[in-house]
Amino acid sequence: MIPSLGHFLSLGAILFALSVIGIFLNRKNLIVLLMAIELMLLAVNMNFVAFSHFLGDLNGQIFVFFILTVAAAESAIGLAILVLLFRNKSSINVEELNTLKG
Amino acid sequence: MSATLSATTLLAVPLAPLAGALLAGVLGTALGGNVIGRRLTHTLTILGVFTAFVISVMTLQSVVRDGASFSQTLYTWMNVGGLKMEVGFLVDGLTAMMMCVVTFVSLMVHLYTIGYMEEDAGYNRFFAYISLFTFSMLMLVMSNNLLQLFFGWEAVGLVSYLLIGFWFNKPTAIFANMKAFLVNRVGDFGFILGIGLIVAYTGSLNYAEIFHKADELAKLDFPGTSWMLVTVICICLFVGAMGKSAQFPLHVWLPDSMEGPTPISALIHAATMVTAGIFMVSRMSPLFELSEAALNFVMVVGAITALFMGFLGIIQNDIKRVVAYSTLSQLGYMTVALGASAYSVAVFHLMTHAFFKALLFLAAGSVIMGVHHNQDIRWMGGLRKYMPITWITSLLGSLALIGTPFFSGFYSKDSIIEAVLESHLPGAGFASFSVLAGVFVTAFYSFRMYFLVFHGKERFDQNPDAHHAHDAHHDSHHDAHKPHESPWVVTVPLVLLAIPSVVIGFFTIEPMLFGDFFKGAIVIDAEKHPALEELAHAFHGPVQMALHAVSTLPFWLALAGVVTSYYMYMVNPAVPAAIKRTCQPFYTLLENKYYLDWFNENVLARGARGLGTVLWKVGDQAIIDGAVVNGSWKLVAWVSSVVRWLQTGFIYHYALAMIVGVFVLMTWFVWPAK
Amino acid sequence: MDVKSALFYVFSALLLFAAFRVITARNPVYAVLYLVLAFFQAAAIWVLLKAEFLAISLVLVYVGAVMVLFLFVVMMLDINIDSIRQGFWKHFPLAAGIGALIALEMATVLMGGFRLSEEPKAVQKMGELTGLAAGQVSNTKELGKLLYSAYLYPLQIAAIILLVAVIAAIALTLRARKDSKHVSAGDQVRIKARDRMDIIKVIATKKAAAPVDVTGAISTIVENIAEKKA
Repeated sequence: MIPSLGHFLSLGAILFALSVIGIFLNRKNLIVLLMAIELMLLAVNMNFVAFSHFLGDLNGQIFVFFILTVAAAESAIGLAILVLLFRNKSSINVEELNTLKG
Repeated sequence: MSATLSATTLLAVPLAPLAGALLAGVLGTALGGNVIGRRLTHTLTILGVFTAFVISVMTLQSVVRDGASFSQTLYTWMNVGGLKMEVGFLVDGLTAMMMCVVTFVSLMVHLYTIGYMEEDAGYNRFFAYISLFTFSMLMLVMSNNLLQLFFGWEAVGLVSYLLIGFWFNKPTAIFANMKAFLVNRVGDFGFILGIGLIVAYTGSLNYAEIFHKADELAKLDFPGTSWMLVTVICICLFVGAMGKSAQFPLHVWLPDSMEGPTPISALIHAATMVTAGIFMVSRMSPLFELSEAALNFVMVVGAITALFMGFLGIIQNDIKRVVAYSTLSQLGYMTVALGASAYSVAVFHLMTHAFFKALLFLAAGSVIMGVHHNQDIRWMGGLRKYMPITWITSLLGSLALIGTPFFSGFYSKDSIIEAVLESHLPGAGFASFSVLAGVFVTAFYSFRMYFLVFHGKERFDQNPDAHHAHDAHHDSHHDAHKPHESPWVVTVPLVLLAIPSVVIGFFTIEPMLFGDFFKGAIVIDAEKHPALEELAHAFHGPVQMALHAVSTLPFWLALAGVVTSYYMYMVNPAVPAAIKRTCQPFYTLLENKYYLDWFNENVLARGARGLGTVLWKVGDQAIIDGAVVNGSWKLVAWVSSVVRWLQTGFIYHYALAMIVGVFVLMTWFVWPAK
Repeated sequence: MDVKSALFYVFSALLLFAAFRVITARNPVYAVLYLVLAFFQAAAIWVLLKAEFLAISLVLVYVGAVMVLFLFVVMMLDINIDSIRQGFWKHFPLAAGIGALIALEMATVLMGGFRLSEEPKAVQKMGELTGLAAGQVSNTKELGKLLYSAYLYPLQIAAIILLVAVIAAIALTLRARKDSKHVSAGDQVRIKARDRMDIIKVIATKKAAAPVDVTGAISTIVENIAEKKA
């Protein structure tokens, strides 16, 4: 059958759920955490594009444009912080990052 | 009819003493570098007061002869929301008379002080204070609005405080001056309430405008009660008068005020400041006439004071205290007259009393100087041969005080007694009894003092407390501690005061009480309060009044008082001791001044201190500091110590929290839609 | 089933598989590569949705830049792979539970109202707007028109965000060169004399005959300073 809006949206939903699982599973690897976040953003973009297509509104694509921009900026800075973290602690184990505890 | 007096001339009256006070107070003391010496100081201040006196007499002449008057605002200080606060003068018969009395007595006291305070280190300061007092009192009597009256009121209270505590190194003096100030403050509180009510309901402080609206005020009730508004206003104003004119129970400060030097006892606490309350009530006569309840209250309070203070005067041994209680009693008489709507009689008695009471105080001071600063009458006696002038003037003053016919005191006192007897107010019965009994008591204690001091055996060698504690300067002058007459600067004022004490009543009773002297100044509702009217009918001239007196009760009561005191203190001195033994409880009550001082000190003062302690310990320390200030940070610290556990430092905890939050939000939005 | 649907299913299957492998790969490099694959599939799907500009930009920007960056970082960091994998499956139940919940929730939303199955109106609409036939509408052109008119302000802000990201990345990770002679002006100003100079009292020799060895004294001072500084 022809994919309807619902198919695309469920695709986005499953992607999102996968990335959430990824965040929880990855206690040891900070990089994979960041990648899971990228996946989350991808899921959201998928939704936007799908809606833009099915409602005939170009604004959804514009929004994806901006999300892309912000995601790129965010991942750059995130990785910079990761690098610094590794420099100082020689580890990217998330469980060891608890020195800010109250 | 009315010529207008000149504003600048009138301005000179209060300003001349003020100039003297400032010059003496600044240049004559360490404040300005002690630039001018004693002679210059007393010359300047006496010049100031003399100028004021001369102008006052001229003003009085204009008022009496030409019917001149003055009612103008000279300077607007502030205009706040429609309420004008001004400086202005209202000069009519009442004011002119007060001005003359104040300046004359002040002049006498200034002159007297040259001799009395000769050996005191604070000589210049004293002159500055008494001139300042003269200024304040003149501002009070000449004012045309309540604000200026209140300014003068407070200023005389301040100067009284300064003068009572003149010898500030004496603890008793400091206690006395604080007591005077605080008790006056209680009265002033009532006064301010009264003024506030007047401002609230008439929107003005000016006498003319207030009296204009008086009839409208009479129709109003005090909100929330069924009392007339004017009643409340008048009672509040009278509370102020109770404080200043030392009526019961706010009289407690006046006997203690004898701690100050004698000249000020004469000036402030006999002739002028304490009469400010009487003056104020007379000024406010248009308002008081509208309220019978207030007049009744005034009369009863005055009657209580007149009688019970007289009782206290009987047992005093300090010469100044006797005269002080006498003053209190006479103030009670004036107040009773006010209550009987005989305002002119009250003011008339004010004037005559000023003269003979100032005379008695100054004479007492002369006696004190003469017996080397001993003030106890038990250790005096037979002074008449050592101090003749003082003796004669004291005798004249005492005769005036007890109401001997032809003397001034007779005319004023008997007029009061008759006015009270004619009054129809509910309290008039008690008041009549009080004033009549008071005549006996007054005569008794006055002549007790007179006999003990000037007649009888000489007892000044028997003083067990013979110590020259006050001033140890004069021993070189005197041999064998014999008393001596005072210098002329002391005796001349005595003589000058004795003259009006004797004659002024005779000459002024007719115009003042029954003539036009107070026209426009004092308003009496003759229908409701016909006392003065009846008096006028019965009056047939001063000579006739004096001769008629022999057939009236007061004369015989006074005579009885004199005879009793003569018997008890000259003929048979064992009697007083015997009476004291039999009436011991009564005597103790009198000695403790009806326990009022005990009440004030132990209940009121201690209570206030206790309240302060509670507010400090509980309110300030425990509640504000402990609970609110300290408590708030402790609470914050405790809350944060609990919340802190959320900050585990583990990222996945935070991520979990975020995701759960997103989930909850989603549920929140999806659920109702389903 | 037509080609488009088939393609859609293929691409989505690959996408989901790649996503799954991203989070479960042992080797982080593999994880990055799987992510690249996921992005490619997503781009393909977007082309199907006629958003070709975005698809291309996804490949160019995201894969070409961001994923390359990821790869750089992964390869730069010396990661101990073994220790990473310990306790991996311990948390799986919780994670799976939460994921399932989220997916379920989204599904309920979808089943509620998005059963559109007719041909999307996007192309028709664009055709109406520009008066061109369906095949001639340029997605890029339309995006451009919209971007530079209605979304001008957000565009500028996006540019600023990128600038901030550049500056932040450099500021965070820049390490100063060890042989740089640059001195902080603030430090220079805050120096006190006693940090740099010691005053030493040198006692002059007492022998009157022998002249004072000035140069010797000076050299002594210089040596002392040099010692202290070293």
